[in-house]
Amino acid sequence: MKRLGLSGNYAVAYAVKMADVDVIAAYPITPQTTIVEKLSDFVANGELDAEYVNVESEHSAMSACVGASLTGARVFTATSSQGLAYMHEVLFMASALRTPIVMTNVNRALSAPLNIWNDHSDAMAERDSGWIQLWASSAQEALDTTIEAFKIAEDVLLPVMVNIDGFIVSHTYEPVTLPDEGEVKRYIPSKPLTNRLSPRLAYSVGVVGPPEYYYEMKYQAVDAMERSRQRIKEIEADFNRRFGKDYKDINAYYMEDAEYALLAMGSMTGTARVVAESLRRRGERAGVVSIRWFRPFPFERLAEILEGVRGIGVMDRAVTPGGPSNPLFVDVASGLYGMAERPVLQSFVAGLGGRDVSTDEFGMMFSKTKEAARSGRAGPCIYVGLRE
Amino acid sequence: MSTAFRTIKDIPKEEYFAPGNRLCAGCTAATAIRQILKASGRNVVVVTATGCVEVATSYFPQSAWRVPWVHIAFENAAAVASGIESAMKALNRKKKSDERIHVIALGGDGGTFDIGLQALSGALERGHDLLYICYDNEAYMNTGIQRSSATPYCAAATTCPPGRLSSGQSTQKKDLVAIAVAHGIPYAATACPSYPFDLMNKVRRALDVEGPAVLHALTPCPTGWRFDTDKGIDLGKLAVMTGLWPLYEVVDGVTKLTVQVPRREPVKRYLEVQGRFKHVKDEDVKRIQERTDLLAAKFGLGPVRQ
Ligand SMILES: Cc1ncc(C[n+]2csc(CCOP(=O)(O)OP(=O)(O)O)c2C)c(N)n1
Ligand code: SF4
Repeated sequence: MKRLGLSGNYAVAYAVKMADVDVIAAYPITPQTTIVEKLSDFVANGELDAEYVNVESEHSAMSACVGASLTGARVFTATSSQGLAYMHEVLFMASALRTPIVMTNVNRALSAPLNIWNDHSDAMAERDSGWIQLWASSAQEALDTTIEAFKIAEDVLLPVMVNIDGFIVSHTYEPVTLPDEGEVKRYIPSKPLTNRLSPRLAYSVGVVGPPEYYYEMKYQAVDAMERSRQRIKEIEADFNRRFGKDYKDINAYYMEDAEYALLAMGSMTGTARVVAESLRRRGERAGVVSIRWFRPFPFERLAEILEGVRGIGVMDRAVTPGGPSNPLFVDVASGLYGMAERPVLQSFVAGLGGRDVSTDEFGMMFSKTKEAARSGRAGPCIYVGLRE
Repeated sequence: MSTAFRTIKDIPKEEYFAPGNRLCAGCTAATAIRQILKASGRNVVVVTATGCVEVATSYFPQSAWRVPWVHIAFENAAAVASGIESAMKALNRKKKSDERIHVIALGGDGGTFDIGLQALSGALERGHDLLYICYDNEAYMNTGIQRSSATPYCAAATTCPPGRLSSGQSTQKKDLVAIAVAHGIPYAATACPSYPFDLMNKVRRALDVEGPAVLHALTPCPTGWRFDTDKGIDLGKLAVMTGLWPLYEVVDGVTKLTVQVPRREPVKRYLEVQGRFKHVKDEDVKRIQERTDLLAAKFGLGPVRQ
């Protein structure tokens, strides 16, 4: 097994190379660009035998990916922020047409004002697009999750978006262990799926779905997403067994006896853990919950993990202006609604547009969550670190 | 190289575009597609942009397409086609597939001149081996006859209606073939289904060349242009005979007229049979005639019949 110093983006590129993709269609955008630059290098050096399509926009990137995927080819793209927003229209087509595209979305804030730094507003805006969304919080996890993503996509026939935090994960170098190449080949053999555009079949794809049919057609993609819960679990278990890992839908830290906890996604859960550890040393029963699969949302296991917990602070890195609350909070709240004894939920917004969230601020979030847990009442959303 | 269609006997009997679709009676876009698929044969995948042709041929559970067909969105036919072409190239090279398939992208004038121009430019610049065909009915017909940048000068459309301050479309049609040729592509041509041999031979030549090809076909539309449904083919002929629609091809940058017009008809004859030009004043007819004369001179067409 080879160990390399890789940034999160390069780790993704290595995973894509190991997956032996056939087509890459992508457009540059910070902080994603170094993924596709690296892939261009691999193609230019003959290390990866793929067609690299230098499209003129992200809309065309996703369009080319859908076309390519329909032929049964293995397809990859990567983007961030404005690029993902520019793909918006085609994302829904990719999922409804059941094209198993794998895409890395390197999370970055949406303009305006223009901001290249990390938050989750890009991915959150696409949460209803029918894509599976996974989150990886280290370079190693980015590599592993990307390999898993190909397996999942091709098994359940839905596109998969692997999210990594811009700069924090994408540009941080870490020691990364490359999985055994032969084992990767056995796990995701690079064998084309059915060519749905073959003259032998003469299918019509992407037809007009009138009211008598649209509903059932759409439901098939909904149903596929529902059924993917079980399949992803099995695929992940298989991955863990083959590669000696321990990936899950939700990472729970100190949750066995937690009284209150912070719930978040992505790399900032690392800071939350450090703060929770120090609280634990002071005898506090604080925990951390990190959501790894955002779509399909693992609400059943979340309810299990939160059994007996009295208060949860949900940290959103995106906002839903005018909504009842922000996207992650709303999902958690509705996911837990069926629990007999629900924890009190306190909403936080933090880290928008790359704003650092300090350990002190995490400390504040824990203590506000504890207050809510003890009083049984949560206050309005707290905008952490917002200057007056 | 495939052989040219010379007589009606050379034309395959197979119909890859099924009758009974939902296009309007007299729609010449349908005639064009029938000819295109006879020329291409069945080893083709057709990517269609949103528009009349797409909605009227793929209304589930029916489809008029007996060849593989795909529609994704309005502005991305050229990008989808790029993806398909690239994928087949990779799969062939990597010995994962031995299917060899021509890729044809088909878009209306809105999907080509306007919203899809960026994707088309990208596909042409990248050099994909595909044929892009614009069926040009000179407006956004599917959504109810709104103007596009292919709508001709003075024509009425629902978003450029004639009125006290307007005589219809105030701008000139873009020169799509010139735009395509500017990308340095090996083949570009104009066509019209009123000249089936010319159109089919151009499709064959376009598919034979390696690299991107563009075919710009004028397809008269009885509904949007307001003429009788049995007159579409005649109107296409008249467009060519007036010099408004020269039939030519540009092979590796060299332009060649493919249908000569020794004696042109006056444009008035073309304009007066269409409701969309009903409001046009004499001075506008004069201006259109003058511009057509310049175009005719450029292509070496004959003088106007007196
Ligand atoms: C992004 C987007 N904008 C607008 C539309 C609405 N729309 C569908 S077809 C069409 C016009 C098509 O015009 P054209 O390409 O000329 O083809 P035609 O209908 O005339 O055959 C429009 C505006 C759409 N489907 N997608
Ligand atoms: S509106 Fe025109 S282009 Fe559209 S189907 Fe009818 S005749 Fe054909």
